[in-house]
Amino acid sequence: MSGSTSADLPVAIGDPEGPPAVVLSGITKRFPGVVANSDVHLSVRVGEVHALCGENGAGKSTLMKILYGMQQPDEGTIEVVGERVHFRTPADAIKVGIGMVHQHFMLADNLTVQENVVLGAEALHGIGGKARKRILELAGDTGLSVDPGVLVERLGVADRQRVEILKVLYRGAKVIILDEPTAVLVPQEVDELFATLRGMQERGFTFLFISHKLDEVRAIADSVTVIRRGTTVGTADPKAVSSRQLAEMMVGSELPSPETRESTVTDREVLRVEGLALVAQEGTRPVLDDIDLVVRSGEVVGIAGVEGNGQTELVETIMGMRRASSGHVVLVSADGTRRDLTKLGTLARREAGIGYIPEDRHRQGLLLTQPLWANRILGYQTRKPTARGAWLDIAGAKKDTQRIVDEFDVRTPGIDVAAAALSGGNQQKLVVGRELSGEPVLLIASHPTRGVDVGAQALIWDEIKRARAAGLAVLLVSADLDELIGLSDTIKVMLRGRLVADADPNTVTPEDLGSAMTGAGSTSDAVAGIGTGPDTADDGTDTTEGER
Amino acid sequence: MGKVRGNLLPPALAILFSALLCGIALVVSGANPLTAFGAMVTQVGEGTTAVDIVNSTGTYYIAALAVAIGFQMNLFNIGVEGQYRVAAVVAAVFGGSVALPPGIHTLAIILVAALAGAAWAAIPAILKVTRGVNEVISTIMMNGLALGLAAYLIRDDVFGELRGNNIRTPEIPTSGWVPGISLGSSGTVFGLVFLAAALGIAYWVMMNRTRFGFELRASGESSTAAAAGGVSAKKMILVAMLLSGAIAGLVSMPEILGRDHTYNLNFPAGIGFSGIAVALLGRNHPGGIAFGALLWAFLDKSGLALDNVGVSREIVTIMQGAIVLSVVVAYEVVRRYELAAEQRRVGRQLGTAEPVGGAA
Repeated sequence: MSGSTSADLPVAIGDPEGPPAVVLSGITKRFPGVVANSDVHLSVRVGEVHALCGENGAGKSTLMKILYGMQQPDEGTIEVVGERVHFRTPADAIKVGIGMVHQHFMLADNLTVQENVVLGAEALHGIGGKARKRILELAGDTGLSVDPGVLVERLGVADRQRVEILKVLYRGAKVIILDEPTAVLVPQEVDELFATLRGMQERGFTFLFISHKLDEVRAIADSVTVIRRGTTVGTADPKAVSSRQLAEMMVGSELPSPETRESTVTDREVLRVEGLALVAQEGTRPVLDDIDLVVRSGEVVGIAGVEGNGQTELVETIMGMRRASSGHVVLVSADGTRRDLTKLGTLARREAGIGYIPEDRHRQGLLLTQPLWANRILGYQTRKPTARGAWLDIAGAKKDTQRIVDEFDVRTPGIDVAAAALSGGNQQKLVVGRELSGEPVLLIASHPTRGVDVGAQALIWDEIKRARAAGLAVLLVSADLDELIGLSDTIKVMLRGRLVADADPNTVTPEDLGSAMTGAGSTSDAVAGIGTGPDTADDGTDTTEGER
Repeated sequence: MGKVRGNLLPPALAILFSALLCGIALVVSGANPLTAFGAMVTQVGEGTTAVDIVNSTGTYYIAALAVAIGFQMNLFNIGVEGQYRVAAVVAAVFGGSVALPPGIHTLAIILVAALAGAAWAAIPAILKVTRGVNEVISTIMMNGLALGLAAYLIRDDVFGELRGNNIRTPEIPTSGWVPGISLGSSGTVFGLVFLAAALGIAYWVMMNRTRFGFELRASGESSTAAAAGGVSAKKMILVAMLLSGAIAGLVSMPEILGRDHTYNLNFPAGIGFSGIAVALLGRNHPGGIAFGALLWAFLDKSGLALDNVGVSREIVTIMQGAIVLSVVVAYEVVRRYELAAEQRRVGRQLGTAEPVGGAA
């Protein structure tokens, strides 16, 4: 509790015995057609790390935007240290000592650390020596050890995050909102961040830590509030509850099980990837390095990995959206003909029989302002039933869209509404339905149930299982380890652009998988390294971090 | 019904708003806005004004279609201006130097014009696809080059000939002419105005019924979704730009084949830029563009009457600028409102409070 900084704040935040740092009561926020937050209650004590947990789309971010003044609640009140406040803009929130570190960094690469910190807060300490002095004072708190004159583009991800924290400290924040701060960090960096947070906590800072990663929440938080479908379910002591209990609070009483019963794996190869490599455009760092992979008919091959280790690139290279620097992609169609897809474009690969559920349905899966039936055509603009030669078959597209809506339980008033009008789960059901159309031999599913409600998740899992039983080969990339273990017949672990280990979904636990994903080495028989797996992983550490 | 309202309300509001704005400008400059607007409306019945408006509408319409094809995929072909000028010179030189039977001669000239326009547009297209050069910059620079090239080609020691004070290309023989519809003292409607109408229909069919049009619209709406759906961005840029250039090449055909039969120093300038405004006004829809082109032509031709009532005719330019600006704003406002309304409607019909993806 360094009283020096709180002195110039209108409201002093720093007394653990006093009223709570932040109290949100009865917050309700409606967006057109949806209620993003409904009757949310949250109370954060001074000096604690308070985690806010919930699935994607549960309403965490909206709530934090309300607390940070980016959006105004329709109902409910915000109290900061016992005083009711109204935030019209983030500037109002900053004034009472609330700061936010966004998930996606908001830094100008071509400016120095000091310039980034001072930008927009020039009135506090000017832009010269006084500002620099203040930054150096605060830098110790955040663990940032670089000179303020260094360009941000030279910093790694972890240091950039520290600059973001420095920014909010510089503006006098005592309550800091961290929006999914670990999503971009590798495990060692997560540990360092947690150490920094604990140090700052001792000096009286209060943190609101948003995450859906339960193990991290249990590691850092003093208390955890769970939010589900826009409303707070309850607050718990993370030391007293198990991860499973927390997970059940997050998704509702019964966790749907992705488990598949009996194996349907055949020995007929559908996809064979050989020596696939991809070099990043900006440098020579391999994003994909010598990937070998086989997916058989009736088999689900799961790819596990911390986000940013090449999964996205692997999928996009197999789909032909990125050009492989070397290696081959071979697809065997239902009648047994082998086709080398390496030189083909995305459309030809789709026509060869690949269905593709992209990781981001808004950016890659849908044309949001177009009606549902036009979205049915996307990716199928050369094939029946949506096209005849160079002409679109609009009647055919509409009829088949109606079929998908019926079969996949897409909740919509009709097929003429814009895709943007549907909820996330229903949009995803439409995408899954479309990609399972036209009898694909291979389905590439990237995070197929990310950010969808439990009902849609269960339906999508069922459909994937059904297609697999009918002989479909599936390449599944997911960050949801339960989904991976439940659906997959084989799991491969991806680390820094390589497939470093195989895991047996029948015996592996999410914990084993987690440590294999971080390159910590396998602790279980269920995870077996491929080749020189753990060694090469260690080699890569220094170089990749330096370049990021 | 909501869709019709969404499409018609914004331009109506925008025109009303800009008329108001011009009214204020007129009052400030000491003129009576009612007299001015009255003079513009009565001018339509005078002399050849009505026919001039129709002819001009056809020209603007073709230019706006050329721009709209690029706009459909967020490609800004600012170079229509240069493309139609180059195409006009090349087609006029070609038409004046070959002898072909009637009909075939006309078709050949039109084809050459389209090819020349496409060729001129191919340079920025190839630069963009291979080197990532922004098409706005390159097409603007190509406009400057086009002016110079046209001036060079009609020099009397190159392809041109000196007639009095005017330099022009050799006259196209009558076998290449397109007869108009003569309305006696009211003037003659260019025959190729019907070409503009045909292009509009073809444009609608292409955008709404063909695979190419779908891919074009998909690329414009979301380049990432189009890529995942197997649409090659480079191919689309190339094809859209060439097509845009080809149509731009036809812009001057009604005038050259219908009246001038030559390219000379009095060749009209600025049609390409007006085409951008008209395409914005018509929101890339063939019907909307037709309306926009008509409005533009009316303002242009009727504006001549303003001098008679002692009002500066530059007020028309103010009005055109105000219309474009307010239309763009009005469309965006209405678009957001309509999307929110649809989400509300879907939410109400399903009776759920399910979070829409991305809201949280």
